Amino acid sequence: MGDYTKPLPHPNDVSQPFWDAAKRHELQIQRCNACGTSIFYPREACSECLAADLIWIPASGKGRLYSYTIAQAPTHPAFADDVPYVIAIIELEEGPHITTNLVGCQPDQVRIGMPVVASFEDVNAETTLVKFRPA
Amino acid sequence: MSIKGKAAISGFAEMAPQKGAGDITPLGIIANMAREAIADAGLEKSDIDGLLTGWALSDYSVLWPSVVADYLQIRPAYFNQVELGGASAAGMVWRAAAAIEAGMCNTVLCVVGDRRARARQMPPFPSIEAEFDAPYGLIAANPGYALIAQRHKYEYGTTAEQMAKVAVDQRKSACQNPSALFGNKEIDIDDVLNSRMIVDPLHLLEIVSPCTGGGAFIVTGAERAKDGPHKPVVLLGAGEAGGHSSITHARSLTTSLVKPAAEAAFRMAEVSPQDMDFAQPYDCYTITVIVTLEDAGFCEKGDGGRFVADHDLSYAGDFPCNTHGGQLSFGQPGLAGGMSHVIEGARQLMGRGGGRQVRDAAIGYVNGNGGIMAEQCSLVLGV
Repeated sequence: MGDYTKPLPHPNDVSQPFWDAAKRHELQIQRCNACGTSIFYPREACSECLAADLIWIPASGKGRLYSYTIAQAPTHPAFADDVPYVIAIIELEEGPHITTNLVGCQPDQVRIGMPVVASFEDVNAETTLVKFRPA
Repeated sequence: MSIKGKAAISGFAEMAPQKGAGDITPLGIIANMAREAIADAGLEKSDIDGLLTGWALSDYSVLWPSVVADYLQIRPAYFNQVELGGASAAGMVWRAAAAIEAGMCNTVLCVVGDRRARARQMPPFPSIEAEFDAPYGLIAANPGYALIAQRHKYEYGTTAEQMAKVAVDQRKSACQNPSALFGNKEIDIDDVLNSRMIVDPLHLLEIVSPCTGGGAFIVTGAERAKDGPHKPVVLLGAGEAGGHSSITHARSLTTSLVKPAAEAAFRMAEVSPQDMDFAQPYDCYTITVIVTLEDAGFCEKGDGGRFVADHDLSYAGDFPCNTHGGQLSFGQPGLAGGMSHVIEGARQLMGRGGGRQVRDAAIGYVNGNGGIMAEQCSLVLGV
């Protein structure tokens, strides 16, 4: 696991809780205390009302595949051994969209709209990525 | 106050794209383009009192407009960098017109140049995308547009053959463009579909090729432009739209920001898409053209695939579209890729299209697109 060469997230003060939760194999997003909007990616102010009053909440981890592409050529040299791999946008049950990889699914079985569930991948000692698999 | 009819493109210059990095720097390209465009407009360097430029991926720094002004030794009374990715050049046209109409300057040099960049020379991408997209391989433009194409297929039944048709028809025009990077040989739909799948559903021949190149154009007051050697290409309408960075967080994957941008441009010009003699829509990928033509109103939403299949998009066809070959066949030299659509629009309207001249071209649509459909600038140009 020490030789993981793909791009890694570099959390900041705002996003650290998201990655800490991922490490515990939990998906957390933010919610605005002022207007109730569910929010992803991590922010300091609500994307709708701009209130600086956000709290972290557990997300169900459930969602649907909104769109995808099957990378037949690596989108970055470090992904060369993974080809073909599925890059996907998931529409979370709570509303926000999230970028991910769809795993545990043959590329020819991928369908827009299919139900998916979060699947956590510990890529090294520090980082867990939030991937999704068919529900 | 409107800038409708107030300013015109009076001259331009364009470097033939080169596949390799070449032995010229972005600033060297910019100097060549500036010299040629100023001469093309029948002007002297001392006539230039405005400067709009955009970054070069291969020579990226802060304070770039001053770097360019210093290199060219011009002293602008109005200058800036337009940072709208591939929409930068289209964005320069109305900004120049607005600055002229506001009395800030008289004649604006709009110029970009870039050398084929290696990945390590690239400026940093937005930190949020580096954190939440890149770890999953959603990096640069290819997969982003593939996500759009896949969703478009799902929502509207757009087919691989329809997308391929865009590349095929544009190649026909490229074969009449001596500057095009890929202008030697026509292609058919099978060639496109048999080319390597890169990011499903996009094949190699549906994806632009980065290269070295540059371009420039001169914007001046509509009256002043009449003194030049060419028919002034008047800015009749402009519209701009934005609102997302990562494509994951776009409000829609399939209805783009072209819609508000084009609506604003046509509203200002008081014309409709059906009045256009040609369209020069930014074409980083085949799907970009389909989505743009739909959202600009050339056909109903979702009918873009059928529209491109049913029309001949070549310069001689019933819907001339990207008559220089588009970036797909012309090449994508950084921001000069987006400038190629503006210049081709001006070229056609001046009647300088040579072997690919659109007959009786008097009014046309140009669109610039940056990022993953994130920056849109639509123009209506006419003579």
